[in-house]
Amino acid sequence: MKMTGIITAAALAVTSVSVSAETLKLLTWKGYAPKALVEKFEKQTGIDVEVTYSNNEEMIAKLRATRGSGFDLAQPSQDRISSVQAKYNIYQPMDYSKIKTDQIIASMLTAVKNNTNVKGKSYAAPFCYGTSGLVVNTKAAPDAKDYDALMDTNYKGRISYRLKRPTLIAMAFAKGDDPFAKYSDVDAYTELMEGVGEDLIASKHLVKNYWANGDALLELMRNGEVNVAMAWDNGGWKLHEQNPDIDFVAPTSGALGWIDTFAIPAKAKNVEGAYKWINFMLEPENAAYFTNQEKYGTASNGANEFLEPKIKANFERSFSKADIDNIKWYPPVPAKLESIEGKILDKVKAAN
Amino acid sequence: MSEYDLEVENLVRDFAAFRAVDHVNFKVEKGSFFSILGPSGCGKTTLLRMIAGFLEPNAGDIRIRNESVLGVPPNLRPVNLIFQHLSLFPMMDVKENISFGLKRRKIPQSTIDKQVDSILERVGLPEYGQKKINQLSGGQKQRVAIARALVLEPSILLLDEPLGALDLKLREQMKIELKKLQQQVGTTFVYITHDQSEALVMSDQVAVMDKGAFEQIDTPKNLYAHPKTGFVANFIGENNSFDATVSSSDPFRVKINSDMEFNARAMTGLSTGAECQLYIRPESIVINPLQNEPMNKFSVTVKNVLFDGANTKLLATIGDTGQEIMAALPQDKRFDHIQPGERLNVGVYDDACTCF
Amino acid sequence: MPYAGRLTLYFFLTPVLLWLFLLIVIPHIDLFVISMQVENDDGDMVWSLLNYQAFFEEKIYWMTFVRTALYAILTTLLTFIITFPVAFYITKVLSIKYSGFFTILLLVPFWVSELVRIYGWMILLRESGVFNHFLLQLGLIDVPIEMLYNDISMVMGLVYTSMLFMVVPLISSLEGLDDSLIEAAYDLGASKPVIFAKIVIPYILPGITSGSIVVFMLTLGNYLTPNLMGGKNSLWFTEQIYNEFIASFNWNQGAAFGFLLLVLSTFIIWLGLKLTRQNLSRALS
Ligand SMILES: Nc1ncnc2c1ncn2[C@@H]1O[C@H](COP(=O)(O)OP(=O)(O)OP(=O)(O)O)[C@@H](O)[C@H]1O
Ligand SMILES: [Mg+2]
Repeated sequence: MKMTGIITAAALAVTSVSVSAETLKLLTWKGYAPKALVEKFEKQTGIDVEVTYSNNEEMIAKLRATRGSGFDLAQPSQDRISSVQAKYNIYQPMDYSKIKTDQIIASMLTAVKNNTNVKGKSYAAPFCYGTSGLVVNTKAAPDAKDYDALMDTNYKGRISYRLKRPTLIAMAFAKGDDPFAKYSDVDAYTELMEGVGEDLIASKHLVKNYWANGDALLELMRNGEVNVAMAWDNGGWKLHEQNPDIDFVAPTSGALGWIDTFAIPAKAKNVEGAYKWINFMLEPENAAYFTNQEKYGTASNGANEFLEPKIKANFERSFSKADIDNIKWYPPVPAKLESIEGKILDKVKAAN
Repeated sequence: MSEYDLEVENLVRDFAAFRAVDHVNFKVEKGSFFSILGPSGCGKTTLLRMIAGFLEPNAGDIRIRNESVLGVPPNLRPVNLIFQHLSLFPMMDVKENISFGLKRRKIPQSTIDKQVDSILERVGLPEYGQKKINQLSGGQKQRVAIARALVLEPSILLLDEPLGALDLKLREQMKIELKKLQQQVGTTFVYITHDQSEALVMSDQVAVMDKGAFEQIDTPKNLYAHPKTGFVANFIGENNSFDATVSSSDPFRVKINSDMEFNARAMTGLSTGAECQLYIRPESIVINPLQNEPMNKFSVTVKNVLFDGANTKLLATIGDTGQEIMAALPQDKRFDHIQPGERLNVGVYDDACTCF
Repeated sequence: MPYAGRLTLYFFLTPVLLWLFLLIVIPHIDLFVISMQVENDDGDMVWSLLNYQAFFEEKIYWMTFVRTALYAILTTLLTFIITFPVAFYITKVLSIKYSGFFTILLLVPFWVSELVRIYGWMILLRESGVFNHFLLQLGLIDVPIEMLYNDISMVMGLVYTSMLFMVVPLISSLEGLDDSLIEAAYDLGASKPVIFAKIVIPYILPGITSGSIVVFMLTLGNYLTPNLMGGKNSLWFTEQIYNEFIASFNWNQGAAFGFLLLVLSTFIIWLGLKLTRQNLSRALS
């Protein structure tokens, strides 16, 4: 009796494996593959989705280590694609004929195509966008309007940011400089960033910690342990729902705008599945679900009508017309800059 | 000044409800070799550890050279202990082991070197200073352990069955050496053992211990000849023992069965009709006694000859009763003819039959 | 017959050698090769010692290593100081009946992952954490104090993570130490500190050495604890390696750092063994 039970179970297991043999290996950011959507997709297509969470740097390192295999779809930021592709050849050209491009906001698709163009071929399609700026407890830090609030002695011990390249770039803008304009001039860029590094070291004693995990930062802000932080807009909006005092503030020297994309690794096994996922995620209803949930802006064309009103309210509260015009969209990062920045960031971390 | 190095008074030690040492009293003369003999588990080590200071007694007093040492920790007591397993320090060589105690006394190194050399000489291990402990034989380890303690010139040296781990031959040899050494250095030795031969050979005085209490303290000879209790009679030397009934008290006679009666010596107050134990030593049994000799005579049937050199014994049954008795069988050719099944006449002097 | 013996020997040796070769030797050769290359201006790889030169010329690189090594040594010392009394108590004071139980109790925290343990500490120590809550309730402080994000909390986390690897060899070598050796020393006139220094420590020295090597290496190679519990200045050498590989995309520099970590830590251990007149095979036996 027991024995037959085990055999039946084993047989079932074998058949269920063979039924769902097709899998899609997704390398993406936390929150980019909501559970409900994954289940819906699996039901529609019969493809199993395996999700691995990561960030830009790790995505590149992973794909570089495997020479573009091991995953079927990645979601790097658009500015981190072209130079990496030119050097390591880890993605395959996007076949835009397989994407329902009418689902995508046209201007954004054009921008991404341009920015990910390597030798006449483009490598990505837009998925969502957002900005980095300040998340502020407006009661505790009413005057935090620009990135320099992160070096303000008034908020000593209540400041947090990531020790990553966006912070360097933000601080450069706050100094009145334009780091993007200096991307092509390595020496000028180095000089600018070294200055920023010195500023960060000088004001280091004001910082509570360098955050590495977004959820942990939100927890610190919720508890009032941090009042001014540099973070993504959606984090500020999420906190705003729980505590109206906390909100995302678009800095006066400009929020940093990024677009995250879909890109298919060079040796992806399930390319068809990858396109299916791209089209699925950009369907207006699904895209809207994602945005309602995660509060990131979507590249989906028709999603607007499905958005909750507070999403729109968030955006309008944080961004004036001038703020929107002032968003600094990341241009593609040329090679070499990362290692210059890396050394400066190490110096900041090690400094006393 | 008393001439006693160690006086123990009414010493008691309990482990929870179990009394390991029960009102023990004794005195050890300066320069003498004092043994405590008893079966395994009778409380010897416990007693010794109290003297060394590792255990506090529940009651009683311990005086060393007239001073009570209660409450004095082991490192400050003028006694040293040779442990049952010697406990030499394996990470040090012989010299470091021996100088360990001297170094604690802040003696200059040159003096230490001299003392170590002279004690090594004395225990017969010159030139052994640089050897590692695991390079020594059992007997050599023994001597190092003794040297390590003696070099401190303790008032009393306590030894806890130090020969227990050695093989028989070496044990016989070390017995004699230990005794010699003790006479040479003149240190008071308190020696515990469950081996009666060790105690009898080496000691000036022996205390027999049983179940935590002392049965008798005496010279080895007296213990053998005049045991004061049945336990001592049984424990010291070999003995045949019989259940007996007192049949008359003057002259003192006991019966071991309906038709076997012995003239005997009463060691405790025994009246007619009392139940007692009769002890007869194998070596006091005379084979083929002379006709007119006044002694208890009876016949036995030989069952077996237990050959053991000078220690050879005869195992026989008394008369037709089947009660077993052991007799010493001198190896002087006279009795070489004895075969199992043979009937022999034997006798034993009245004095050699003791009753408790 | 000897031939058959050989055969079985090879039979059992082969997997071991394969394992050593495939999983240890080859990756290290690969690491070494990568570390000996740099990218020239044309984007091609050329042989060079520049990656190693960078380590010694850039103060920040070798300072980070020195800092990491010093903290690893400090952690090893503290771990020993904290775990020795525990091990001693378990083996020499407690009755056998309880010592097994207490040993298991020591192991319990290590049934969960390091990450979980560290988050546990963070929940206790943070400004709005459990400790501060109690201190405030008891009126001992008026404003919460930040106990996290500094070198002290980092070292504490490292020590906590390392304790198991020290306490186990200590317990096993203390178990081998016969109580009567301690008593013999006591009887020969030694005071307690002398017994500790001359008998107990020398006896368990091999255990201390093997525990220390493991703790030192694990601490040196730790990444999570310094990163999560450490303060703003807590740049750990492994983090620097990670940054070279991941953030700067400079695998060559990262590989050189990795190789240097291996060589320098081996050197530190060798030095430690020399200074305490130990030898490795005895410590590990
Ligand atoms: N620490 C202790 N706790 C409880 N009981 C103990 C303890 N030490 C000894 N005993 C008991 O006390 C009794 C006497 O022990 P002791 O070690 O003194 O015997 P011994 O005469 O030295 O025996 P042996 O000849 O076997 O060494 C034994 O029954 C033993 O079980
Ligand atoms: Mg004993």
